[in-house]
Amino acid sequence: MRQQSMFFSARVDEKLADVRLQANLRKVKDNFVHVFAAAKHDYNQEADFEALRDAGAAIRKRVLDNLDIWLELFEQNATARGASVLWARNGREVCEHVVNIARQHGVSKAVKSKSMLSEEADLNAALSAAGIQAVETDLGEYILQIAGNEAPSHIIAPAMHKNLDEVADLFAKTHHTPRKTGIPELAREAREVLREHFTSAQMGITGGNFLIAESGSVALVTNEGNARLATTLPRVHVVITGIEKIVPTLEDLATLLRLLTRSATGQSISNYVSVLGGTRERADPEGPQHRMFILVDNARSGLLGSDMQPMLHCIRCAACMNHCPVYHSIGGHAYGWVYPGPMGSILTPMLTGLENALELPQASTLCNQCGDVCPVRIPLPELLRMLREKQTARGLRPFRERALLKAWAWLAERPGCYALATRFARRYLAWLAGGRDRIDHLAVVPGWSKGRDFPAPQVRTFRDLYASQQRTHCRGS
Amino acid sequence: MTGTDSRDDILARVRAGLAHDPALVDTRRRAALDYLSARAQNSRPRLAGDLTQRFCQRALAMSSTLDRVASLAQVPAAVARYLTANGLPLKGVCWTCHAALDWAAAGLHVEARAAGHDDLVGITGAFCAIAETGTLMLLSGAETAATTSLLPETHIAIVPASRIVAGMEDGFALLRAEHGELPHAVNFVSGPSRTGDIELTLVLGAHGPYRVHLLIVADE
Ligand code: SF4
Repeated sequence: MRQQSMFFSARVDEKLADVRLQANLRKVKDNFVHVFAAAKHDYNQEADFEALRDAGAAIRKRVLDNLDIWLELFEQNATARGASVLWARNGREVCEHVVNIARQHGVSKAVKSKSMLSEEADLNAALSAAGIQAVETDLGEYILQIAGNEAPSHIIAPAMHKNLDEVADLFAKTHHTPRKTGIPELAREAREVLREHFTSAQMGITGGNFLIAESGSVALVTNEGNARLATTLPRVHVVITGIEKIVPTLEDLATLLRLLTRSATGQSISNYVSVLGGTRERADPEGPQHRMFILVDNARSGLLGSDMQPMLHCIRCAACMNHCPVYHSIGGHAYGWVYPGPMGSILTPMLTGLENALELPQASTLCNQCGDVCPVRIPLPELLRMLREKQTARGLRPFRERALLKAWAWLAERPGCYALATRFARRYLAWLAGGRDRIDHLAVVPGWSKGRDFPAPQVRTFRDLYASQQRTHCRGS
Repeated sequence: MTGTDSRDDILARVRAGLAHDPALVDTRRRAALDYLSARAQNSRPRLAGDLTQRFCQRALAMSSTLDRVASLAQVPAAVARYLTANGLPLKGVCWTCHAALDWAAAGLHVEARAAGHDDLVGITGAFCAIAETGTLMLLSGAETAATTSLLPETHIAIVPASRIVAGMEDGFALLRAEHGELPHAVNFVSGPSRTGDIELTLVLGAHGPYRVHLLIVADE
């Protein structure tokens, strides 16, 4: 997917004015936030969700601290069971591997179950350039694909920016069927259309929620069942996943699943969890004859050993965006790449370059709603703040901001001038307020005051107040 | 070849990032292997009370439906009852391990083979069932086709009460004890398939079954 995070500010206005999007975003708040709270409450009746988060974070940390060892163990156990393990440094290599596999096995059609790494790699474009049809089978991803390859706007509900009418129109147009208006009817139509594809595809491409080192297998979590179909019917199964997705044991998998499904959709478990490895036995009535794991770096290794390493704990549950006031206001597209919300504001600059996503680390109030809900305890606001520091250290902030801060620093070092300036500023603001307690337009920061009011200043500056307090205090004693 | 180059390159970058003492690589590998063989249990719910009851309660919460029968021999009649009550065809496929049940006596036409796209009813057993979440644990295998629980619109599962365990960890422990290795697919199924992808509105029936009906067998 083309990275367009540089257009963040420009897109924000557009998204704020989009009535349809705003209505859909209100549902994020209602649906995800409440079900998560309920799921946590339910879990706490029998156990301790905070202890579960500790365990989840510990598992992720254990793996990342010795990732080289765990990768080798995974590879060893996966190949011992008859799967192949391939490695890709970047998106281009992912595409090369998949196209090669497809050619080797005479694949003309591939069914895909959600893989965000394939979006990082822009795999669909590469497959179509190689003459291989790729069909997305997650309903949300399918809607985006037939809408002309639109970008996902949420990591687990990728088409949440679309409403029923748009989907109904799209289906009627694409499938040449009478227009349906009920969600169950549309879901059935998608099921029927996609069944044909599942039957005729020779290859299934999936992401991987977790890779299990102990058994050399991948765990896939879905509610729709599309990952099961994509890994049961076609004769080739390709797993594309980041190198950081490893967990040591099946016990650790059970722990992370408890966290993932509750944090994602408030479910105690998703409808389908599949643990897949090796290839079919001769007597098996179904299952792939070939299974390939593509382990992808795509800049992840650069985070290891740095203060940003905890970001690799991420299990892609979406809780951080579901609880983010900024995401609630603008949705996912404004972030301009595969991953939106707080996790995206960190991953995008880390994986695609600090200078290519300058505004994302600023797109946060640092309110810590995300850090509070992250199931694997990633200190998201802390990481965002560190990214801001890195931007400053590398001189990547805009001239105006740097100049203003320099001016402020100059003043702050000179108490006399500072007192004079603040006194003057107070008078000016009081004049602007004209007796009211709010100022609705500030000429120095027109953009900022467009959507906000600035409080009118109190009667005196803090410094004046403090000075007179000190005087009375001294007299009193 | 990109393959081996990429592998070595990625592992080298990972090692460079982590910056461990190279002399410690064997120690670190041994620690990882020790961790694997210890199979430590993490913080998890301790279920109090009857596991069967708990399983049933959670299965209902995941939108499965339930019936209880005294023995395996009563399964065909229970299946016929369910299909009739829901206006579903009295015809389907079952796992080959259930071929010997007297389906015909209950007025059913059941074939013991893997399911195809035209089969409307699939009848399976379960390797075990998980009380914590109301989940079936199904293993792929010659006699236990994965398609049977996946392709038909209606999935009926026979669950011996004696095979209900507390959590997923216990299911894995049972699998290690009874089979040693994992089959190519271990599928956990919790109720009918669903999607919330249109307007975040949940509907039952996506790519998998629309209905999951569980028959709890008191003794087998
Ligand atoms: S950062 Fe945390 S909350 Fe956000 S998607 Fe990743 S795991 Fe979930």
